[in-house]
Order: sequence, then C-alpha cells, then structure tokens
Amino acid sequence: MLRRATFGPRADEVDRAERVGVDATVAALLAPAGDDAGAARTPAPTLPFVPAVPATGDPAKIQRARQQVLDQQRTATLWWLDRMTQADHQLPEKLTFFWHGHWATSVEKVRDAGLMVLQQQTLRRLGGGDFGVLVKAMLRDPALIIWLDGQTNANTAPNENLARELMELFTLGIGNYTETDVREGARALTGWGMSRALQKSMFDPKRHDGGVKTILGRTGSFDADGFADILLAQPVNAEFLTARLWLRYASAQPLPDDVRSRLAAAYRARRNITDLLRALLTDPAFADTRGQLVKQPVEWAVGAMRQLGIRPRALSDKQQRQLLQDLEQLGQVPFAPPNVGGWPSGAAWLTTSAIQVKLRMADALAAQAAPATIAALAAVPAAQRPEALARLLVVDAFTDRTRAVLAKSAGNVRQLIALGLASPEYAVM
Amino acid sequence: MDTLTRRRFLIASGVVGGAALAAGATAYTLHDILATAGDRPSDPDTRTLVLVTLYGGNDGLNTVIPYADPAYHTARPELAYKPEEVLRLDNSLGLNPGMTGFKRLYDAGRLAIVRGVGYPKPEHSHFRSMDIWQTGQPDHPGSTGWLGRWLDATGGDPRHAVSFEPVLPPVLAGATTAGAAVPPRSNATTAVPAGFGRTAPGEPPLQARAARAYADLVEVDAMVTHLPPTPAPGGSAAASGKAAPKPASAAPRSPVAAQFDLVARCVEAGVATRVFSVSLGGFDLHADEKEAQQQQLTELDAAVTEFVERMGRSEAGRDVVVAIYSEFGRRVRANASQGTDHGTASDLFVLGTPVRGGLYGAQPSLTDLDDGDLKFTTDFRDVYATLLDGVLGTDPARILDGWSGQVNGLLL
Repeated sequence: MLRRATFGPRADEVDRAERVGVDATVAALLAPAGDDAGAARTPAPTLPFVPAVPATGDPAKIQRARQQVLDQQRTATLWWLDRMTQADHQLPEKLTFFWHGHWATSVEKVRDAGLMVLQQQTLRRLGGGDFGVLVKAMLRDPALIIWLDGQTNANTAPNENLARELMELFTLGIGNYTETDVREGARALTGWGMSRALQKSMFDPKRHDGGVKTILGRTGSFDADGFADILLAQPVNAEFLTARLWLRYASAQPLPDDVRSRLAAAYRARRNITDLLRALLTDPAFADTRGQLVKQPVEWAVGAMRQLGIRPRALSDKQQRQLLQDLEQLGQVPFAPPNVGGWPSGAAWLTTSAIQVKLRMADALAAQAAPATIAALAAVPAAQRPEALARLLVVDAFTDRTRAVLAKSAGNVRQLIALGLASPEYAVM
Repeated sequence: MDTLTRRRFLIASGVVGGAALAAGATAYTLHDILATAGDRPSDPDTRTLVLVTLYGGNDGLNTVIPYADPAYHTARPELAYKPEEVLRLDNSLGLNPGMTGFKRLYDAGRLAIVRGVGYPKPEHSHFRSMDIWQTGQPDHPGSTGWLGRWLDATGGDPRHAVSFEPVLPPVLAGATTAGAAVPPRSNATTAVPAGFGRTAPGEPPLQARAARAYADLVEVDAMVTHLPPTPAPGGSAAASGKAAPKPASAAPRSPVAAQFDLVARCVEAGVATRVFSVSLGGFDLHADEKEAQQQQLTELDAAVTEFVERMGRSEAGRDVVVAIYSEFGRRVRANASQGTDHGTASDLFVLGTPVRGGLYGAQPSLTDLDDGDLKFTTDFRDVYATLLDGVLGTDPARILDGWSGQVNGLLL
C-alpha cells in the first residue's frame, strides 16, 4: 500500500505503518495531520510571464528569449521533483502527479512554465475533493485551454479538441458519447479564452454560442459548467474514474466487475476522490495486486531518491541536467507528457532502452546517496547486505536470481545499491 | 577516419566480402553483428520494413492536395494551398510545398501514394484509432500489435523488430514476445548485469518481463555495438574509401532523422532486423495548422528522402521498404481556429527501391461525405497484407485474422 500511495516509502515509514496497523496508516495517508514541513521547504516557484519567442529579428535576442523559456521549464520541473522527494504528505502529492497524467498537459505546447505550475497547484488543491469542482476549475485552467486550443474556440466554427478529450479522457471514456455530442459540447465551451500576458483565462460572451444544444440526451442552452454538469451526472463517470485510478494505483489487469461496483459506489455518494481512493486502498482485491504495477520512471527515480536521501535541489547543476536528461530518455518528464492521453503503463516501460538508461541512473543515484545511507549499509556484514538492501529499498524479497548477482557485489556498497535499483524486483510494485 | 573504423565500415557496407571478417580481433565484434544475419533466409526477396508512425492525425488533404477541386478551396479557404503553390503530381493532385524530396522520389518512381486509406466505422479518438491501426483490428482492437503477431509467428527474436523510440510502440508487442527498443544514443558505459536476464520461478509476470528485458538487452547490445558511422552523403564514399567523419560542428539531427540514421546503419551492417519502427509526433493541429504542418512535413520529407536515397546506394538498402501512416486524416472543413478537427481516411506513403511508384486507391470525394468526413476507399489492412506478403514473406491471413485483400501492383 505504501509503495502505491507514496512516491516510494522509506524503511522507517514501513516500520511505523506496521506498528500502527492498516486502518491508522490509511487514515494518516488520506488525511495527514499537521503541517507539511517538506512542502513548506519546497515552495512553488513564482515564474513571471515571459513573452513569446519572436519568430524573426535579432538572433541573439531570439536565443535569449528561448533560453529564458527553457530555464523556467527546467526550474519548474526540478522544483516538482524536489517537492515529490521532500513532501511529508505523500499521498496528496502522488495524487497530484496522477492528475497530471490524467489531465495530461504539456509545457511543450503551453510554452509557459508559470502556467504549468499554476495548473499543478490547482490539481494539488482540488485533487482530493469533489471531482465536479476539479472539472469546472480545469475548464478554466489557462494551461489546459492552450493545450487543447480552447482559446481559439469561437462560435463561428467551434474547435472540438477540448470537448472531445473532456469526454473521452477526463470524465466518461470512449464509447460513452457520440460524435454529435462532441460537436455540441464544443459549442458549449465556446467563449473561453485566455490572456497570456495576464496568465489568466477569460470568458468572452461575444464568442460564446448561447444557442440550444443537445448533449447526451439533454437539451438546453448549456455553457461550460452546464456541459460539465451533464458529464458529471452520467453514471459511467464513476466507473470511468474508478478504472483510471485502479490502473495507476492497483493493477494493469482488467478491473473485476464487483470491485468496480464497490469503488464506484464509494465515489458516487459525494463524487469525492478521497472516498474513492480510500475504498480502493482498503478493498480486499487491492491486496491481491502485488507486483502488478510497473513503476513509472518518475516513481522509480523519486522513490530511489527518497530512500537514498537524495534531494534534487542539492545536486550540482551538471547532475540536475543529467537527471532531467535521463528521465527524458526513459520517456517521462513531469510537465511534459507525450500527449493528452498521458503516459503509458505496464510492460511498455520495460524495454531494453529503459534498462540501459536505468543502469546509468542507478550508478549515479548510488554515487549521490547520502553518506548516512551508505554508512548504515556498510555497517552490516557483507553476507547480510542483500537483506539490508531489500529493507532499504522496500523490496519484499529478492529472488535467488537477483541474490546471486548481488552476492558478487556485496563488498562494494554503492555498487550493491545500484544493482538493487536496477533489479527486476525494484522495477515493479 | 582511422583504419579500424574504416575497415568496419567497409565490411558493413558489403564492399568487401566475408574474407575481411577474419581481418582482426575487432572485426569479430562486428562479426557478432553480422552473425545475426545468419537467421535471415538467404532468399533475395527477403526485405526489410521501416514503419513510420505519424502521431496526432496528419491532415492528408494538405499533404497530398486536391488543388484542382473547387470543393477543397471552399471547405478551407484560409488553410488551402493555391494551385501554384503545390508540387504537382498530375493535373489534380500536388504535394505539400514542404515535400520537395518526396516530389523527387515520386518522379523517380520510388514513391507510391495510397489514397483514401481507412477502415469501416472510423474512430475519431486518437487513442482508439491508433490502437486500431497498430493492432490491425478495427472491430475489436486487442492487446497485440500486427507486427508483434508477426514476430510471434516467426520465432520471436526481439532483434528482428526494433524501435529507436524510448518506449516500445504497441505495434511491436506480440502475445508472447516483443520487439526491442534500442536507445537512440549509444552510450553503453555501464556493464549489463546479465544475471538479471533469467526469470525466477514464481515471480510476478511483469517482474519476469523486466528480467527478460535484460536478456534482450544483452542480445541487442551485441548487435548494435560498434555500428559503423554514417557515411558522408554522395554515395561514393565506400567506393573511394574516403568516407569522412562527420564534422563535430554538424547541426544536430532532428529526432526523426536520428532514428532513420540508426536504421540506415543497421541495414548497411546487415543485421538480422526485419522490421524497424520510427515515429514522429506533433500532427494534432486543431489551430494555426498551415505553417506548423508544413514544418512537420518538411522535417519528415528531409529525413525520409535522405534515408531512401541512401538506401538506394547499397544492396541491402535496395531491399528496404518504408511505409508511412497516421491514425486518421482531418475534417474536410476547417474550424474557426485555422485548424482542422479529427477526421477519417487519409493518404499512406510507401517508398523504396522495391516500390512501384504512382497513385493507388481511389481519391475520396470532397462532396460525398460521411458527416463532414471523407469516405475511405482502401482498407488499411490491404496495405498491411501487401507489406506482410511482399516485404516480410509471411501469409497475411495468419497475422490479420484471415484478411486477404491487397493493393495490387504496389511492390515490384
């Protein structure tokens, strides 16, 4: 449970959970007590508006403008990675990353890291509450509007991008709406645009199509919120969200019908995400999903950094660049999902290419591990170090296959750690 | 170029025969690569497929442009190319102005354009439609890619289907086996713990898959280590023995060009790989489409043309067929954002020496539409079947749930 609900638990967190039991652990994860000192240590960066890179003109000026955009992007990404490792309230932090993959918006098109951080903050603030509130906030989110071309959606010939993905990927799932619903929904969303300079979304009634629309069998002169209400009232919304959370928190295997019904019912009562997550983490079927999730690259790297006592912010400039480059080669950089469908899951991550990058990263992470981590492992007799490593990395048990490889490196603590991070056991959770 | 590298290059490009393999210890590293060619049937008809996926839904109507059709200009006045702007193929169709290389290949008879390619009951979702294309199963997209099933059916060696993308594309995933994703940059500085490559009894399936990826890596490593460098353009390099190393100041290659470069080096080295997957994203242009799409097509055109022309210069390369597709075309009518929304049928490109250039399939009507979308005229499985039969030498029916239609005359 801790492996799924957090970015990679530390041994002391596992010990504490064992001590207080399942119920208290779930309660503490879902409603963490007290202030989050880790989050306070890592305040979101304020990134001022940067004008668009000019297409023509002085090359030096263009280069500077481009550099400024990229620098902001890098600042934002490193900040988030730092926050993931530092936050004490791990469940809401991980849930924010889940929502980022759900409302998958990329800075590559938005081109304004400040707006991406703003969206991240919205997901952090509203991600655990009423899903309807989140949907309506996202329909006004500047980054999402730019990402799905909402700012150009006018009554004269609506742009269907946002309306389609809202139904297909964010609320209902494919097969639960028609092409006519897409076209009618796009009309309801007209009028919303944004001002880049103000970093704000705005509604322009002149560009809104106030006429009568028929969406999913309901007829009326719906606007964006009216459209959202129709979607939220669809019974399938609960099943859809249940499946999405199950895929990232439990298993890539098909969700059994009885589990789906139980979890959907828990959500439906208040349309509340924390209710759904509580039901998921405590469902009897959840315990049977051990080993059925492949760690996404960010989960793998952040988990390792948490366990080894590494803080992205404390790395050298060169190490930070390498970290971002390696994540990019693994195919997952926060704020830059490949498309609006978010990142892949499961075996898609288990490639020969990924292994090469992970081997290199594992070496680097082992080299960066906090001296206390290294000293603690070095203090264990060599023969018992694989056990101690499993405890450090919160792996249930290494197989004989992996133990044979580890045994050969037991004398070299950093090498041992690197092998543990690269092991097949550490690839799944 | 140092002697050693040059020797590798010469061996790889087939200029000198097998005798050179005995030339020295380092050549044996290359021998490892060439040894993978042992799995290849010696049949000269055995060809290599390079499948190019354009993610996002490329606007076919602004790629192969029906410039003479008034309906084209009426439907998208802001987006349409004027007749004098297109690269004319005949008196009704022309290529996007960014595709000068494709025009040259078309004129040389090495580019085939299959028009109106789609499938019944078209899906407008990127993800579902891409699933359909990658699985080859429009009725019920399953969990295996059509080339993954081909891999299953032909022995399942991951080296036979290779992708240079960071994440394995579903098209290469079979039921029991999967192709290999090879990192685009060769920087294998870390020793591979080969011991991880054995699966352990009773471990969860995904953990076992992670272990198998280690075994695959060991094999792929042996194949791609010490690939020869890219020869200078011009083609005479091998013959004159003056292949110059690329200057350090050379402009960085675009990601898609870098993928093609690796494919070219593998083909020239004679590796066992029969299928390569290459991809380019960024075609989902709902707004301000015209300039952005032209840029995308220019990048594609440059990378593909360089590759196809380079392939024409070696024996192994002349067996290579490139096929380019996207998950759908776009709506005939433009939207108010100077872009287009998700559509249906589109053009599919097939290129290479074994290709009989020209136009295939019927041009879809711009006025007889299905709710604003083009009606498809060629089922994409006809193209797949043609490639399976004519490039991979496999019975298409086995891979495509009994499908038997083909695009007649497409391949020589």
